[in-house]
Amino acid sequence: MPEQPQVERQEDRSRPERAMIEIRSVTRSYGAFKALDDASLTIREGEFFSLLGPSGCGKTTLLRMIAGFDNPTSGSISVGGQPMEGIPANRRPTNMVFQSYAIFPHLNVEQNVAYGLKRLKLQGGEEKRRVEEALAQVSLTGLGKRLATELSGGQRQRVALARALVMRPKVLLLDEPLSALDKKLREQMQVELRRLQQAVGITFVLVTHDQYEALAMSDRIAVMFGGRIAQVASPKEIYQRPVNRQVADFLGGMNFVKAEIVEENGASLVVDTLGFGRVKTDKPKAFVRNGGGATLGIRPERLRVLWDNATAKFEVAGKVVERHYFGEITHLIVEIPGLEKPLSVTETNDFGADDIPVGTSIRLAYDPEALVAMAD
Amino acid sequence: MTAVRRFLSSGWLAAYAFLYVVFLYLPVIFLPIFSINTAATPKFPLSGFTLHWYEDLPRTPALLDAAWNSLIVGVSAAILSTVLGILAARSITRYRYPGRRTINGLIMAPLVLPEVIVAISMLLVMLQLGLSLSLFTVVLGHVLVCIPYSMTVLTSGFEGFDRSLEEASSDLGESAFGTFRRVTLPMVAPAIISSLLVCFTISLDEFIIAFFLTGTEATLPIYIWGQLRFAAKLPGVLALGTLLLVASFLLMTVAEILRRRATRRTQNEGGLYA
Repeated sequence: MPEQPQVERQEDRSRPERAMIEIRSVTRSYGAFKALDDASLTIREGEFFSLLGPSGCGKTTLLRMIAGFDNPTSGSISVGGQPMEGIPANRRPTNMVFQSYAIFPHLNVEQNVAYGLKRLKLQGGEEKRRVEEALAQVSLTGLGKRLATELSGGQRQRVALARALVMRPKVLLLDEPLSALDKKLREQMQVELRRLQQAVGITFVLVTHDQYEALAMSDRIAVMFGGRIAQVASPKEIYQRPVNRQVADFLGGMNFVKAEIVEENGASLVVDTLGFGRVKTDKPKAFVRNGGGATLGIRPERLRVLWDNATAKFEVAGKVVERHYFGEITHLIVEIPGLEKPLSVTETNDFGADDIPVGTSIRLAYDPEALVAMAD
Repeated sequence: MTAVRRFLSSGWLAAYAFLYVVFLYLPVIFLPIFSINTAATPKFPLSGFTLHWYEDLPRTPALLDAAWNSLIVGVSAAILSTVLGILAARSITRYRYPGRRTINGLIMAPLVLPEVIVAISMLLVMLQLGLSLSLFTVVLGHVLVCIPYSMTVLTSGFEGFDRSLEEASSDLGESAFGTFRRVTLPMVAPAIISSLLVCFTISLDEFIIAFFLTGTEATLPIYIWGQLRFAAKLPGVLALGTLLLVASFLLMTVAEILRRRATRRTQNEGGLYA
């Protein structure tokens, strides 16, 4: 049993949360095009934070500005309470894991990891000790003498991680670090990255376009579209209470149902829909009323097929028009009288949802808690 | 189709390839063989073994002068064309701008222009500019013909150089100069050395441009050409030719090894996505 590396806790979780990165009204323009448009964000000390969005949403631009490879056209960024304006990348308390990993091909693993330490001129074997520790953190002990060319994709990724972590940065920036890995390795690295972040306690900022990656790893997520930050919240809240249709759509399947607002007060919203009747829901924090209409959403997995004579307090009836088999789950497309679009339902296959013939009339149960109101 | 395949598999292809190689290299093989023959005329049968012709070489002042001139011209042309090549190759591999391909084509054009035409045009230009013919004008001419080779070697070394390597270095705390010294230079050094060797070799062997652009000072190929008028000097020329041949071969081999190493270094990062 190899000895686990002793990891210093750099942060005490019982302490009140403090800001590590402050982004204030940052805009980055290229001519008339705004890659980032008035973005403001606070990333807390010791948190695993993800910038999530489709390509071209400005997430990488923002990350590169935190690292110092790019500068805001206007607005300010501070890291650890220190304004970053005019500070070049090589003097910032941040380190980055590049999408291409950027492993120095003329150096071996050890020399790659020690690259940044060389300048610090550490005394008495301290450099060697820190390199060993970093390699152990990413489970690469014993591979120090390998050349970068002799490593697999997953191993290169670990070298890139070790090379950044060994600098003990205040913030570790990760630019789509898992996108070059195959699916299985990617899922394994998600778990490892999260575990590593918990162990070292450093603030991680991850850029990704993969919603599952962001949901699986993050403490909080910022969802971005077209240079703007649409929503900042915990994975659960982002998934269950998306602030608008765009966010809801980006984070997986969502059934959208047209609704009419009947009543609006501080915390709740009462809407009328055709398929689900009159529904009272929590009002989203960022809800801004736009006329009398709204959209009600429900995730496909929150609709359950009612078997035989089972009943539920809340149910809708319809007819299966399509069935798609996905191994552990089945997607059913169910037409509901009165709804302009059929509902998409995800059902696990334990009870035989994969055997429901197309054309069958079924009833679906739902929990009104799962219904979410969104501004149009 | 089947006829072609039968022809290829019947051993004719091997015979053709063999004849082709013999035709290419047989004359080259005669050079060293006759250079160690005692007879002054290159004729079979060989009359006996001697290193006499080689021993005479360092005792010929005109030849030493020519060798020295060639060395000066070769080194200057190699350094100049490599420096210019670095700038051009960096610009062409790193930036995207309109006219990039045209510029690349124009730089490579001397490769296919008739050398005698290039030499005459350069002679006219040099004289118009009022430059007197000297080793300096030869260097200028050689730079022109070397740059395409230099560019070929350097672009293959620079291509695929991942910008994020320089960013990673900076991110890890290194200054701009430190990044150049610790990352950029070691990665492109083999390509640069390879380019220097290739250019030197080309300049060393180049005859036509040197012939037109030099004044009274001869380079080695010009010296050899001059010696050919005297039948008795032929074995000495063959000995010198053999040495040049060996030197060129060695330099080009080293250059090619270095070029491949440079290519592998800069491009294995890209292999990740493959």
